[in-house]
Amino acid sequence: MSGLASRAEALRRLQRGDATFRWMTRAAAIAVLVILGGIFISLVHGAWPALRAFGFGFLADDTWNPVTEKFGAAAAIYGTAVTSIIAMLIAVPVGLLIAMFLTELCPMWLRRPIGIAIELLAGIPSIIYGIWGLFVFAPFLQQYVQPAVIGAFDGIPVLQDVFAGPPYGIGLLTAGLILAIMVLPFVTSISRDVFEAVPPVLKEAAYGIGCTTWEVSRRVVLPYARVGVIGGIMLGLGRALGETMAVTFVIGNAHSISESVFAPGTTISATIANEFTEAVGDLYTSSLIALGLILFFITFIVLAAARLMLMRLNARMS
Amino acid sequence: MALFDARRRRNAIAMALSLAATGFGLAWLVVVLGVLLWKGVGGLSLAVFTQMTPPPGSDGGLLNPIVGSLVMTTIAVALGTPLGILAGTYMAEYGRYDPLTTIVRFINDILLSAPSIVVGLFVYEVMVARMGHFSGWAGAVALAVIVVPVVVRTTEDMLTLVPDTLREAAASIGLPRSLMIRRVAYKAARAGMVTGVLLAVARISGETAPLLFTSLNNQFWSANLNAPLASLPVVIFQFALSPYEDWQKLAWTGALITTLAVLALSIAARVLTGQRKPS
Repeated sequence: MSGLASRAEALRRLQRGDATFRWMTRAAAIAVLVILGGIFISLVHGAWPALRAFGFGFLADDTWNPVTEKFGAAAAIYGTAVTSIIAMLIAVPVGLLIAMFLTELCPMWLRRPIGIAIELLAGIPSIIYGIWGLFVFAPFLQQYVQPAVIGAFDGIPVLQDVFAGPPYGIGLLTAGLILAIMVLPFVTSISRDVFEAVPPVLKEAAYGIGCTTWEVSRRVVLPYARVGVIGGIMLGLGRALGETMAVTFVIGNAHSISESVFAPGTTISATIANEFTEAVGDLYTSSLIALGLILFFITFIVLAAARLMLMRLNARMS
Repeated sequence: MALFDARRRRNAIAMALSLAATGFGLAWLVVVLGVLLWKGVGGLSLAVFTQMTPPPGSDGGLLNPIVGSLVMTTIAVALGTPLGILAGTYMAEYGRYDPLTTIVRFINDILLSAPSIVVGLFVYEVMVARMGHFSGWAGAVALAVIVVPVVVRTTEDMLTLVPDTLREAAASIGLPRSLMIRRVAYKAARAGMVTGVLLAVARISGETAPLLFTSLNNQFWSANLNAPLASLPVVIFQFALSPYEDWQKLAWTGALITTLAVLALSIAARVLTGQRKPS
């Protein structure tokens, strides 16, 4: 009798343990949602004084004057957009070409080592890109590349304004180039994964009617993998928009909108990193948090779009 | 025949370009790592690991930021890993067909790539502003927020790979579900879950942005987590942007140490599973 009772007791304990564990895991899963919600709410809360003071004009105003406490986000948004566009213009074609090389051209035994090497680029901390950009890459650009480019485009309308001097070394273009290197592994590895997922039958059929490797890649593989590639590109764009340290080192931190890509500028993340600890006054701090809110909002939309596309792709594949 | 030649020519150009693109990508890796070694190795000495950060113009090392980084990383992993593993467990085991899982996965993937500086602002708002001062705790919490999504993702992926027959076998001998998960599923997925933690450590070891206004920096030795705490990335940031040559040299050495640690961790993670890093 006592054996039965202790057994019932042990079973009850197991049941309780089971329920507790299940409850704990569910709470942890919900905690992930709470973190995101918390980020959003705390940013809105911190940004509120600035948003109330400046309204929607905050987005369009390019003055950033701590002394008169006039703040606007336009210059930072412009810099973020320009550096990200430069980064994607370079990283997307190069990443797609590398993915094509890895899936079609590269000998089997080299695929894994090269793939890992490219992915290691994503493993290097962003502050390393920053210090390297400031001390090595920017002086190199200033000395050898920028003067030549400025000279080459001198006198050509539009382009002479886009590539106008003086060559500082640091600036929007330098930041964009470094971002391109940092985003490259994301575009490459996702493109390679979706290229590899293309059914071999499709490729074989195309080769069978006499297509060249390029034609197979361009007309068969790329259309089939389009959704995944776009998802990968958006994921890379999300990274480029929010990248902080590498950009902070080489952007020049100038709150101005300039036509020239050689001019120093600023991005949302670089402004926050540079000025947050030195910000005096509630409105200044609040304006910086408002910048953070804008950044969070933009990256949220870009990343959500990327994930929706990749989810659609996974659903189709399985 | 002209068309044939044109197609062949176009193909050759495209192939040459793809080869060049690969060379371009690899060249950056070589250049960045090469410069880092070139500039950083000269400063490597025992003093780097035994002395405090110096005032400009005198000798010193990186002991306090190294210790600060280790402490904050350890706390961040201790805070973030259990939460991440539990959440991943719910998604792969209990709630595999629950709509909540789909939502959490979606949000988690966004957190995974969210700008880390925003995480810094978040922790500043909820901790630093409330407490009224910067602190090592705030830095550790900011890093923990970055650890969670990485661990959630790998835990869910690895548990999903565990064959259901194992679960059914455990259930058939009368094991309660929670014990089945802890004793059978975790064991089967252990290598993958350790990989997740290693990747998370690699990710936060180089993170600077979330520490800038949470743990701030500290010139001196400090074991007080309630006060500003030095960390390697923030010291690199500060020293690299300073006008003093010996500070810049220390920044390069610190950069080398950080990179070697991060790359070693991510290579170890790869070796452990033989799989590619989840994006």
